[in-house]
Amino acid sequence: MDNAEAFDKFKECAVEVLQVAPEQVTPEARFADDLDADSLDLVELVMALEEKFDINVDESELEGVETIAQAFDLVTSKL
Amino acid sequence: MAGGSGPTGRGVTISGWGASLPETVVTNADLTTLFDTSDEWIVERSGIRSRHVATGPFVPGPDAHADVDGVGTTATLSIEAGRRALARAGVEPSEVGLLILCTTSPDQAVPATSAAVAASLGIGGGAMDLNAACAGFTYGMVAAHGMVTAGLDRVLLIGAETLSRLTNWTDRTNAFLFGDGAGALLFEAVGGDDGLLGWDLGVDGSLVSILYADHDGSGMVMKGKEVFRRAIRATVESATASLERAKVDPAEVALFVPHQANWRIMSAVAERLGIGEDRIASVIEHTGNTSSASIPLALVEALEAGRVHEGDVILLAGFGAGMTWASAVWRWLG
Repeated sequence: MDNAEAFDKFKECAVEVLQVAPEQVTPEARFADDLDADSLDLVELVMALEEKFDINVDESELEGVETIAQAFDLVTSKL
Repeated sequence: MAGGSGPTGRGVTISGWGASLPETVVTNADLTTLFDTSDEWIVERSGIRSRHVATGPFVPGPDAHADVDGVGTTATLSIEAGRRALARAGVEPSEVGLLILCTTSPDQAVPATSAAVAASLGIGGGAMDLNAACAGFTYGMVAAHGMVTAGLDRVLLIGAETLSRLTNWTDRTNAFLFGDGAGALLFEAVGGDDGLLGWDLGVDGSLVSILYADHDGSGMVMKGKEVFRRAIRATVESATASLERAKVDPAEVALFVPHQANWRIMSAVAERLGIGEDRIASVIEHTGNTSSASIPLALVEALEAGRVHEGDVILLAGFGAGMTWASAVWRWLG
């Protein structure tokens, strides 16, 4: 899977879980400020990503994740 | 481990129910006097607006059981809920063959709190405590059903907690979650149909470290995000297993009574199961998380509100420290 394909899958999850418009899911978008997502929303997003990409993300790895780009990098590092 | 019911000729029905909450109500605004928080932050993350407590910084006086009778706050709530369930069923306490008290916050280390409760109520048979944390009441339902199937005519099942005693009132990350209360159901033998259609019980003791409280009084320790996602997954998987064994489609579930831990977990589980939010029985807004008491409190409130009708299929599902999980599909026999 190339990067663009992976980002499309990532975006699908984010749109569904965070209930935002696809165009809001940009690499620089911040979860709290731009997407109105709190820490539990982020956990739910990661749960969906774990299922979609068949990966495992530990709670400690979420520390410091504040933007879409950071979350996407975390996912691709596990592929 | 799981099971479904078969034709035995001896069915089990729920013939009585009752609840009890301590008088003192603590609002989210009250909690702002203890630590840095806000009503909006708590409601957003948990759906909780207030909780009833029997001990802690908002209740004057000590939380002691009486040495002579062993009755503390958990027993007091249990006795009141149990008495209401027996009255509702029109059953004398002497006719009850077994009392099962589900609690993770007994009044004393020894003996089991059910002893004092049985004595106060005048229960005719035996009594024991059951601790499977927040999954406790659903474990208790399967156990109570089994004891009636095994030959007892009546089993009184109570879920009761004084979680305020296990709360670290300085921990802003989880002190707002917990509350106290009790709920009770009376299980009785009937000829013919059986209420329990399917069930599932499980535990993964390798996860003790994500949610626990020690004996030293330091209070509840919780890795919230880890519990949150494991709770959603465990509850969905367990409920799905029970529904399959019961041969019931989620669309046929009239009322979903989840453990009331956090509205975000409750709604996430319902959504994954395909159960609309209007079918969730919820009391979390005014009770908080009452562990073993949460499912009976929610079920009793739904019964009192006339939300349960003869023939309705009810799905109960909980998860808790351990981690434990449990679910049951119950047909309301009326």
